[in-house]
Amino acid sequence: MLELAIKGSRRYWSWVIFLLAIISTGVISYLYQFRVGLGITGMSRDVSWGLYIGQFTYLVGVAASAVTIVLPYYLHNYKKYGRIAILGEFVAVPSVIMCMLFIFVDLGQPLRVLNVLLHPTPNSVMFFDMIVLSGYLFLNILCGWYVLGAERKGVPPAAWIKPFIIIAICWAPSIHIVTAFLYQGLPGRHYWLTAIMAAKFLSSAFASGPSLLIIISLILRKFTRFDAGWDAIQTMAKTAAYFLIATIAFYLFEVFTAFYSNIPGHMHPIKYLFVGIHGHTKLVPVMWTCTLLLAIALPILIIPKARKNEKALGFAAVATFIALWLEKGISLVVGGFVPNPFEKVVEYWPTLPEVLIALGVWGIGFFILTILYKVAISVKEEVIFDKYGERQIRAE
Amino acid sequence: MSTSRRQFLKMIGASAVIGLGGISAFEILQPGQFEASQLSKNPEALVGKRWGMVIDMKKLDNETMQKCIDACHRIHNVPNIDNPKEEIKWIWPETFEHAFPGMESKYMSEEIEHMQFLVLCNQCDNPPCVRVCPTKATFKRADGIVMMDMHRCIGCRFCMAACPFGARSFNWRNPRPFIKEENREYPTRMKGVVEKCTLCYERLAKGLKPACVEESNGALIFGDLDDPNSEIRKVLREHYTIRRKSELGTEPSIYYII
Ligand code: SF4
Ligand code: SF4
Repeated sequence: MLELAIKGSRRYWSWVIFLLAIISTGVISYLYQFRVGLGITGMSRDVSWGLYIGQFTYLVGVAASAVTIVLPYYLHNYKKYGRIAILGEFVAVPSVIMCMLFIFVDLGQPLRVLNVLLHPTPNSVMFFDMIVLSGYLFLNILCGWYVLGAERKGVPPAAWIKPFIIIAICWAPSIHIVTAFLYQGLPGRHYWLTAIMAAKFLSSAFASGPSLLIIISLILRKFTRFDAGWDAIQTMAKTAAYFLIATIAFYLFEVFTAFYSNIPGHMHPIKYLFVGIHGHTKLVPVMWTCTLLLAIALPILIIPKARKNEKALGFAAVATFIALWLEKGISLVVGGFVPNPFEKVVEYWPTLPEVLIALGVWGIGFFILTILYKVAISVKEEVIFDKYGERQIRAE
Repeated sequence: MSTSRRQFLKMIGASAVIGLGGISAFEILQPGQFEASQLSKNPEALVGKRWGMVIDMKKLDNETMQKCIDACHRIHNVPNIDNPKEEIKWIWPETFEHAFPGMESKYMSEEIEHMQFLVLCNQCDNPPCVRVCPTKATFKRADGIVMMDMHRCIGCRFCMAACPFGARSFNWRNPRPFIKEENREYPTRMKGVVEKCTLCYERLAKGLKPACVEESNGALIFGDLDDPNSEIRKVLREHYTIRRKSELGTEPSIYYII
C-alpha cells in the first residue's frame, strides 16, 4: 500500500518538502548538540529536564488518546467512528515514534541507549516505559495497517486481529500511567508528588488527542475528498469537552490542596508558574496564555450552538491542543524543578538549537503522519463506501 | 569468535584497572566478587558495614570548609566551571535555610541562619537515585556507598530529578578543558554523564579516609555507623544531630552537629 504515498498532488509534495526542510534543520542542530553536548540547551544543574522531556510527556498523551476513537468504535460498535478509527490509530504511530525520539535527543550519551536493554532494571519506571511504548507502537502499526488493508480489499477484517485491537485499547492508558509514574514517585518534587498525576495525564490526553483529530478532520475535509463525518467530529468534540472539564477540575484540586493546606513546598511551584517568585516570572505568560485559551475553548466545546459552528469548533480544538501543550509540554516539567531542592529559583528557557531539534522531531512525526494518512486517505478515496455502506467521501 | 572473546575479556580487565567500568562487569559476572577481590588486594583497606559521616559545625570554620572542598575537587578532577547552570560540584557550602529548607524558623539565631553548611551526597540508605536509574549506572554498594558507573550512564538525568538534595551534577559539555591540574590517578569524565561524591571509595580501598575528612581538622568524623563501638557512633551518642530532609525517608548517612 505504501506506493500510494508517492502519488500526490502538488500541494501534497510542497507540504512534504516543507517538512523535510524542518527535519533537516533539526538534524543539523542535533549534530551540533551531539558534538558539544546538552550544554547547548537551556537546561541546567537545577532544571535538568526541559523541552524534550516535556514534548515526550505531551505526545504520550496524544498517542494514548487514539483509544477515545478506537474504543467506542470497536467495543461499542459506534458506527459513526468507522471512517476515522484508522486515523486515530495512525495518530498513535508517529506520536509514539516522536516520544522515543524525544527521549533519545535528551540523552547525554545517546550511543549508549542500548544499555537500557542490556541492563534491564525493573526497579526503574523508565524500563517499563520503554516496554509499554514499544508494545503500543507495535500494536498500532499492526492493527492500523491490517484493518486498512482489509478495507482496501473490501473484506471485513479477519477475526484474529480482534484480540490485538482489544489489547491495544487496554494498553493505551498504560503508556500514560507509566509515564505519569516517572514523575509522581519522586521525593522532594512537590509539584509532581501527587496521586492524581496519572489521572490528570489521562484526562488532558483525552482532551488534546480528540482536539488534534478534530483539527485533522477539518483539514482533510478541506483539502481532500475524505470526510470524517460531521457526527463523528461532533462526538469527538464532546469527548474533548468532558475530559477538558475533568482536566481543569483536577488542576483546581491541586491548587486547593496546596493553598488550603498552606504548605510552602506545595505552594511554591504553583506560585512560580502563575505569579512568579522573587521576580522570576519566565513561565507566567505561558500559564496565563494557557488559562486564557482554555477559558475560550471550554465554553465553545460545551455550548451546543457554538460547538456546531465549524469555525468556532476549529478554533476551540486548536486552542485546547495548544493550551494543554503549554501546560504539559513546558510548565509541568519546569514546575517540578522550580524551586530547586535548595528552595532557590533557577529558571529555564529553551535555546534556539533546542527549539530547532524539537521542531525537527515534530517534523519527523508529521512526516510519518502525512505518509500514513496519504495511504489511508487514498485507500478511502478508492473504496468510497465503508463496511457499513456509509459514504466515505463527499459526492462531487 | 575466540579473538573477540579475548578482546572482550581484555576490555573488562582494562576498564577495571582504569576505573569504574569494570565494577559493573564484575558485578554481573560474579555479584559481590569485585569488592572482595579489591579488598583482599589491599589488607590495609578500610572495611565498614555502613559508612557515614558526622559534620561538626561547631568545629568547622569557613576556611577549613574551603580546604575540604578544594581537596575533594582537586583529587577527583572536578572541573571548575564558572557558569552556575553547568557547574559541577561534589561538596560545597549552603546556608542553613537552603541546606535544610523547612527547618528554618522566623526567630532563629542569626548566626546559624547565615552559617555556611557543608553539603554533599548523603549516601542515602534508601537512595531514590538508585531506584530510578534505568541502567544501574547508579548503584549502592554493600557498605552503603552510592556509586556512579560513568561508563554505563546514558545521561538520562532521571537520577537528578529523583535526588531531593541536588547532590548530582551533569556534564553538560566536555569537562576536561575546565580541569586546571589533572590528577592522573583518578579518571576524568566525558560529556553527557552524571557525577557526584562517592565518599572517596578509591581512598578507602587504600586504607585512607575520605579527603574532606583528612582536611577537616577533626570537624568531619567518618566511620562505620553499623559498629556500635566506632568513633562516629560515640559522637552520635553524645551530640544532638540533624539530617537533611529526613522526612523524605531516604535515610541520609551524613549527620550534622549544630
Ligand atoms: S543524596 Fe541524592 S545522590 Fe546522594 S544517595 Fe541520596 S538521593 Fe542519591
Ligand atoms: S543519568 Fe546516568 S546515573 Fe542517572 S539515572 Fe540516567 S543512567 Fe542512571
